Amino acid sequence: MGTFIVRRLLQAIPVVLGVSFAVFMMMHLLPGDPAIIMAGEAAQPAQIEQMRVNLGLNDPILTQYWRYITNAIRGDLGTSIRTDMPVRNEIFDVRFATTVQLALVATAFSMFFGLIIGIVSVVWRRSFLDILLMLIALLGLSVPNFWLGVILINFFSLQMGWLPITGWGTPAQMVMPALMLGIGGSAVIARMTRASMLEVFNQDYIRTAYAKGASERIVIFRHALRNAMIPVITVVGLQFGFLLSGAVISETIFAINGLGRLMIQSLMNRDFPTAQGAILVCSLLFVLVNMCVDITYRFVNKRIDLN
Amino acid sequence: MADLKMKGNHVLEVEDLHTSFATDRGRVDAVNGITFAIDKGGTLGIVGESGSGKSVASLSILQLLEGTTAHIRKGQIRFMGQDLLTLSRAQMRKIRGNRIAMIFQEPMTSLNPTMTIGSQIAEPIIFHQGKNRRQAWNAAVEMLELVGMPEPRKRARQYPFELSGGMRQRVMIAIALACGPDVLICDEPTTALDVTIQAQILTLVKRLQREMGTSIIMITHDLGVIAETCDFVAVMYCGKIVEYTRAFNLFTDPKHPYSKGLLESIPSHEEDSDENLKTIEGTVPSPYELPPGCAFAPRCPYAKEICHETMPELDGEPEQKVRCHIYQTTSTESPTEGGTVASYIQISDMWKGEELW
Amino acid sequence: MVGGKTLLEVKNLKQYFPIRGGILGRTINHVKAVDDISFEVHQGETVSIVGESGCGKSTAGRSILRLEKPNNGNIIFDGVDLAKLQERAMRKKRGDIQIIFQDPYASLNPRRTVYQTIKEAMDIQNVGSKADRRRDIIKILETVGLGEHQMNHYPHQFSGGQRQRIGIARALSVRPKLIICDEAVSALDVSIQAQVLNLLKKLQKEYQLTYVFISHDLGVVRHISDRIIVMYLGKIMEIADKKALFNHPGHPYTYALLSSIPSTNMLEKKERIILHGDVPSPINPPKGCPFHTRCPFAIERCMYDLPPLHEVSEGQQVACHLAEEGIVDFVSLSREQEFSLTENQE
Repeated sequence: MGTFIVRRLLQAIPVVLGVSFAVFMMMHLLPGDPAIIMAGEAAQPAQIEQMRVNLGLNDPILTQYWRYITNAIRGDLGTSIRTDMPVRNEIFDVRFATTVQLALVATAFSMFFGLIIGIVSVVWRRSFLDILLMLIALLGLSVPNFWLGVILINFFSLQMGWLPITGWGTPAQMVMPALMLGIGGSAVIARMTRASMLEVFNQDYIRTAYAKGASERIVIFRHALRNAMIPVITVVGLQFGFLLSGAVISETIFAINGLGRLMIQSLMNRDFPTAQGAILVCSLLFVLVNMCVDITYRFVNKRIDLN
Repeated sequence: MADLKMKGNHVLEVEDLHTSFATDRGRVDAVNGITFAIDKGGTLGIVGESGSGKSVASLSILQLLEGTTAHIRKGQIRFMGQDLLTLSRAQMRKIRGNRIAMIFQEPMTSLNPTMTIGSQIAEPIIFHQGKNRRQAWNAAVEMLELVGMPEPRKRARQYPFELSGGMRQRVMIAIALACGPDVLICDEPTTALDVTIQAQILTLVKRLQREMGTSIIMITHDLGVIAETCDFVAVMYCGKIVEYTRAFNLFTDPKHPYSKGLLESIPSHEEDSDENLKTIEGTVPSPYELPPGCAFAPRCPYAKEICHETMPELDGEPEQKVRCHIYQTTSTESPTEGGTVASYIQISDMWKGEELW
Repeated sequence: MVGGKTLLEVKNLKQYFPIRGGILGRTINHVKAVDDISFEVHQGETVSIVGESGCGKSTAGRSILRLEKPNNGNIIFDGVDLAKLQERAMRKKRGDIQIIFQDPYASLNPRRTVYQTIKEAMDIQNVGSKADRRRDIIKILETVGLGEHQMNHYPHQFSGGQRQRIGIARALSVRPKLIICDEAVSALDVSIQAQVLNLLKKLQKEYQLTYVFISHDLGVVRHISDRIIVMYLGKIMEIADKKALFNHPGHPYTYALLSSIPSTNMLEKKERIILHGDVPSPINPPKGCPFHTRCPFAIERCMYDLPPLHEVSEGQQVACHLAEEGIVDFVSLSREQEFSLTENQE
């Protein structure tokens, strides 16, 4: 197990390097010259050129990348063009925690409802309830989440006045963003749980459990659920990654000061260092989450040890 | 079949059991009216090829067919005199794993991969004997020792993937026998195992049967396993029992043409066989298009007109019954002189190895 | 039949599979699936390879076909060493050596008709003239007991036994000299198994085929073989003519294997050895004789000294120290040593 974790960590290194390189190149392909932005629209060509030299923009692109990545490893992600604050602080002071919180709450929400719906529809499989729940899940999967966000605001805030429209921090503020982000996930998890449970129900060891005299409840929760969770864990992990990208939309809609919003704002403002840093951190988070999923998967599914 | 009222020493009596599957192409009668009984401490073999209905019959006894399209249409399954088919789900749960237990063919997939084997054995003990987890765990370790598992304490904490196929089948046996059941149903218990391991498992089952006085139903396609373990045998073909007799009689003097053909088509490791093996011509009929008469008639070298028209009854002595028109006609012709056996010796001479070509 | 010219000679064949592990996924060990085996197969005979799962019998078959590239050794077929052949040349040779698998359904393409399947095999090996192909295929199908009307059916429209016939037809279509039957009848019901075995025997006579028959079923093996190779943990324990092997097995493992098979003979109960424990892992096989950990007759020497194959009677070679001076009577030996042979009891 220890060997596996170390190996998995080592495997992550090339992925992280690749991701950072891709992000770096993309930033360079974007229109707009950071030197002009920093020097100001009215600057003289000489000033701009001086700025270029200062920023190292005249160096070969690989040299620039190398400088960026070595600095990043030391924790220096550059300085924001707009605020003149270190990008590191821009990201980690508040926004990172907010976005991770948002993603966690949404994940918890989608797992809670996803699992319940999935299990209920398995227990009463092929019944009217099952069909109804799966229809709802399909709906939840198909509804675009930005639209859902607007509908939620309209109903809960504007019409009923129950929930605040913007901000992040209080439980009341968390409900709508988590709902909007989590509903697609819970639909996926519900369908996955159901399919996976049905598959597990066909396994020989379930028949063994019944032959022991196990009740339906024990068969479902002790024997089926744990084995059915193995593919579901993968989905949850992937879902968490999607939530990070979904955060861009939900943070914009609900005016939450998180990473997603930072990304959008800095891109709009041509604040390249900040955008680059934010995207990099998100990607790293994604890689990290996937790695955790792999490790959990391995832990739950002992059989993989064989190979 | 009226004389099949079974009394006395019988632990389990199955009478006129019908189990059917609903399929897109209509109803399939996988088990089509079978009757048998099993004595305390005795072993009944049910033998047949794929599609004979032997596995469905065994699953029907414990009503383990839920989740499939199968249902038991008719019949009685009397355990200690009580019809299991009339029990509620909760009552049936108290029977499973407690009074009647079962082991399956695939030890690789029949154990839960995410549970330690100790807790899998402890489960039925907790369900049925009201013991707490610790007591049940200790009992599980004892069971492992009983089934000949080396280092039972250590093994109890392991997961199925850490064990070989033979060891897993020992675990299955430990689970099944944990509550000291009256009846053990073994569904192809050694088919997935190597011969030397099969010999170990069969010896183990026989030893435990002697020690615990368990009655065993041995479902298998392997006539060797039947010969080694069973007192009585039911030969099944297309959902019906075609011959029910003492194991000794089946191997020394088979009556039904199908039993006979089956025995003769197995190449023996103990004696040289002829250049060509005797075969049963053709294949098992599709369950959707069973012939109107005897299901074996299309493949039977002795089939007469009546065989193609009506299904014969399972008839004969209580300890030797055959479902065959030829047998019945010869036995009515000479009912007194014990002539049934004699006429069958003639039939066995008639049986010439039918080459396919 | 036996004693014809040597068609296949396997010399010191080793087939190891690497096990990767550790942080960098290096090869940390090997599964010694086949560990230095040598044998010959003569023209027109049937040689069976028997043993329990993991003994390397299937790997040996696959190595002959070069489905795996052997780590060491020679596979001399018809005068050419297949182990040294380039992949391209080997592909041509595969027309001479065919294989029939256990699961005919898995080895047939479900989207191809019988005709297409067989035609493809013939096209690849360029057998016969294209113009005659249809006629040839019909003839082959009739040979294996299928009709022209079934030519355009798909595999799922056939029963297990019929599918195995298709597998045989496909193998036969390229006019091979050697057919490797890898558990070819193991998945079939006995009544169908007998039909297929009879077919294999008939074809052997008709086309002067040579078979390497890999099976775990000693009844089938006794029926079909001329000579038998017994394998255990990648090594050969015994090679013998059928009569010798079944009448006086020379290796304790052969004896145990034979006596483990449930017998349908109700009149005569024989004494038997029941082996204890499992087959050891082929990753770390025991030193010395691989069988010594389960052998009831093992002596000290067996633990460190690997016995070579040597002749104990005509046409019977055994790799066992006990058999150095000739065939051992295991029943009386066990009585002498006061082993309790487990009785065949009810």
